[in-house]
Amino acid sequence: MSELTLDVQGLSTHFLTRGGVVKAVEDISFSVPRGRVLGLVGESGSGKSVTGFSVIGLVDPPGQIVRGKILFQGRDLTKLDERELRDLRGNRIAMIFQDPMMTLNPVLRIDTQMIETVLAHEKVPREAARQRARDALGMVGIPSPDERLVSYPHQFSGGMRQRVAIAIALLHRPDLIIADEPTTALDVTIQAQILAEVQKLAREVGTALIWITHDLSVIAGLADDIAVMYAGRIVESGSVSEVLDRPMHPYTHGLIGSVPSRNARGTRLRQIPGMTPSMLNLGPGCAFRARCARADAACAADPQQSTPVAGRTLRCFHPQLEVTA
Amino acid sequence: MTTWMLRRLIQAAFVMLVMTVIVFIGVNVIGDPVEILISPEADQAERARAVAALGLDKPLWEQYWRFLSGALQGDLGRSFVFNEPALKLIAQRMPATLELAITAVLLSVIIGIPLGLYAGLKPNSIGGRIIMGGSILGFSLPTFWVGLMLIMVFAVQLGWLPSTGRGPTRELFGVHWSFLTWDGLRHMALPALNLALGNIALVLRLTRAGVRENLPMDYVKFARAKGISPNRVVFVHVLKNILIPIVTVVGLEIGGLIAFAVVTESVFAWPGMGKLIIDSINVLDRPVIVAYLMMIVLLFVVINLIVDLLYTVLDPRVRLETKE
Amino acid sequence: MSATSQEAAPMPPKQETPFRRFISEYSESPVAVVSFIVVVLIVAIALLAPWISPQDPYDLAQLDIMDGRQPPGSRSMETGLFFWLGTDDQGRDMLSGIMYGLRISLGVGVGSAVIACIIGSALGLIAAFAGGKVDTGIMRLVDLQLSFPAILVALMILAFLGKGVMNVMLALVIVEWARFARTARSAALVEARREYMEAAKCLALPQWRLVFRHMLPNCMPPIIVIFTILVARSITLEATLSFLGLGVPITEPSLGLLIANGYQYMLSGKYWISFYPGIALLVTIMAINLVGDQMRDVLNPRLKR
Ligand SMILES: Nc1ncnc2c1ncn2[C@@H]1O[C@H](COP(=O)(O)OP(=O)(O)OP(=O)(O)O)[C@@H](O)[C@H]1O
Ligand code: SF4
Ligand SMILES: [Mg+2]
Repeated sequence: MSELTLDVQGLSTHFLTRGGVVKAVEDISFSVPRGRVLGLVGESGSGKSVTGFSVIGLVDPPGQIVRGKILFQGRDLTKLDERELRDLRGNRIAMIFQDPMMTLNPVLRIDTQMIETVLAHEKVPREAARQRARDALGMVGIPSPDERLVSYPHQFSGGMRQRVAIAIALLHRPDLIIADEPTTALDVTIQAQILAEVQKLAREVGTALIWITHDLSVIAGLADDIAVMYAGRIVESGSVSEVLDRPMHPYTHGLIGSVPSRNARGTRLRQIPGMTPSMLNLGPGCAFRARCARADAACAADPQQSTPVAGRTLRCFHPQLEVTA
Repeated sequence: MTTWMLRRLIQAAFVMLVMTVIVFIGVNVIGDPVEILISPEADQAERARAVAALGLDKPLWEQYWRFLSGALQGDLGRSFVFNEPALKLIAQRMPATLELAITAVLLSVIIGIPLGLYAGLKPNSIGGRIIMGGSILGFSLPTFWVGLMLIMVFAVQLGWLPSTGRGPTRELFGVHWSFLTWDGLRHMALPALNLALGNIALVLRLTRAGVRENLPMDYVKFARAKGISPNRVVFVHVLKNILIPIVTVVGLEIGGLIAFAVVTESVFAWPGMGKLIIDSINVLDRPVIVAYLMMIVLLFVVINLIVDLLYTVLDPRVRLETKE
Repeated sequence: MSATSQEAAPMPPKQETPFRRFISEYSESPVAVVSFIVVVLIVAIALLAPWISPQDPYDLAQLDIMDGRQPPGSRSMETGLFFWLGTDDQGRDMLSGIMYGLRISLGVGVGSAVIACIIGSALGLIAAFAGGKVDTGIMRLVDLQLSFPAILVALMILAFLGKGVMNVMLALVIVEWARFARTARSAALVEARREYMEAAKCLALPQWRLVFRHMLPNCMPPIIVIFTILVARSITLEATLSFLGLGVPITEPSLGLLIANGYQYMLSGKYWISFYPGIALLVTIMAINLVGDQMRDVLNPRLKR
């Protein structure tokens, strides 16, 4: 078996809407080795969630995976049928959703929603499943889990609901967890606690993790690798220390420049000028060029993925090699 | 919870009171009570005696008070036609109507929910479109006409099912029911279907709308991401969410069904209280009319109460609010 | 579509452009256009019945009992009149009967809807404008009225008043006014928050002017929609009541009564006496409903229920 838990090659996911084609994810490749954490960053609408949903095979219609391979422990998920995918979902691959207020079913008790997840993949007695659910709630720091199990979602705060969702994801100690901005709704101490918990799991069980976020500081503290998305493409990737210390893509520079903690004290935060382009019927050429200070005529063509340094990828004609002031 | 119950009970009692006033005014002020309460064959002297005996020479509020206290003791007058207490007549006919209405409710749920689920899960399929088109018919076709067509097709042309009457009944808890015999069930099939038609369309549309509304929700996607079976996603996760509005609406429609049974019972000669009321209106047997109206309002109020209660039991969110 | 132009005649004439847009959006659905044409045809038949029907079904001199219960497509022994849709038990041509029946059905349905519309809309506007206790009082009444099924309310009224065309219409008005009141009130409340109302208030225009010149025309679209749908409902309800023998008298038979009269013969296979009036009723109701549905979709997509 390969060391790579997940190896995505040339994945494209498009939405065939009435207004035209939305290339939400276009020709992206990345991999996550066993026990490592990949941080997936990018601004709103860049295709991070769609990437996550593509991996677990839950892209909503009219979206569909049009090209590429998703190798999970060597099996191509795009070739599996729904039944085989279902056996993996929630079992070997778990996902934590972005909005904790919406992910739990409002009219089912927490225990129902947890136990069904256990029973979907393992033939164990109900009591044992319940015990597992209890333990998982305890693990994510929910006090008096026995009481909480018989509650309904509306009796929980947003942060508590997200912890329940995380607990559900941990039930089967999956090989891969896709966490879609899971800690945004949590306060800082809980966030730290959950991050630590997840890191521990990654180390001990060897779970591979995709952590989707806007927040570079979370990535800096948690992830091993980073992939920066822009308008459906991965524009730059590599190990966290490499990319954050020596970014090459102008967009990555911009992102780092807009994070407070990494700026020298007293200097102004710099926003990236302009707006994310509409992804509907996006033409050829580098999607960032309208906002890029280095853009020139060459950028009207699609920049191909290159490997400037071993272990890093880049999509840009004019990489910015100097460190941002 | 108890204060809530108490408030609802007081509300219900108030509605009942208002209805007694309306019915009283209808009979005694709009209509001519002498004509209503005294047989037309009576001569002048008899009339005067009867007016005095009935207290029609008393002031209106006193008359109302007599009517109300009579109603409270279950005395709503005697039928001219049957010469029996009107309330007793209604009570005798009620099981047949209730049986029909409840069967219709069951039919509308048993047929409406699966069709609605199908149309909701496959909105663009041919089947889904046919179901939706059919539901428009179910809404707008006049009940009595559909009843006639059912008789024409299934009773006259095909000869599969009987067209009129209740068939043999069997006693249970001292009441006669059709659903306990096979032939009784056969007699009930067409009228119940006829009565259910509008409600089938209603339940179907509610279910479809609910499915369309709930499917794109994150909780459905999350449920799928947990790897549970698609059947469980639809029949437990989605259906439980949809069921709350459906139960509420269907519950509230039971009253409407009982009222609408008037039409179905007339078409199929089903001996329920709807048939009785039409016959009574035709011969101006007003005590029976009054008794029917009071009875049906009471049924309404009770049903609304039960539905409210059921709603709070089903929806955990409401349940919590009422507890606090 | 020239036929469609009559459609929005009650709409305020000033809104020339929205009116054009309404027509083109309405015409997007072929079913709706066909339904509209059918409605126009039905109205024409009802209006012109005395001139276009093969016989006057209520002139006893024209009837011959010998022609009773002839199947569709037969010919009268006496007069040689061709019975397209057969005859009833008294030798009356069903086609003529249906044409005259349409007159009564439509007359009662439209008439009651118009009266209910005027009374209900007025009360709804008053509620919206007066607010406070008046509003609460009117809306309580509306809620109470709507919580009881139409058939029950109608039965109750006819039980108190007895049969007759006028009483049926009165019952229909009482059943329907509440929907108009509710619609008018909510439309008025939406309009009241619009800019032009603010502007009109700033100009200190008198209240009545505000309501009738500015508010009412802008509240019309939802009221027209509800009106169309309620005409179909009144026709259904009237037919139902007449079928039950509680509606129009035998001398003025509507479609419902025609169906009731043929009912007893249906079991012996003489289906046409009930069947064709039923079809006429059905087509009428469906066509009006489809027109109403499309108007609702075009005029106010949010009104969909
Ligand atoms: N159902 C859909 N139909 C059409 N387009 C869609 C659909 N879902 C997503 N998209 C498109 O895919 C693109 C990527 O969406 P995605 O949700 O992956 O963004 P994201 O990076 O997760 O953003 P955020 O940080 O706001 O969550 C968006 O531009 C959106 O327009
Ligand atoms: S390819 Fe050109 S436009 Fe795109 S980021 Fe690089 S320099 Fe900017
Ligand atoms: Mg997202």
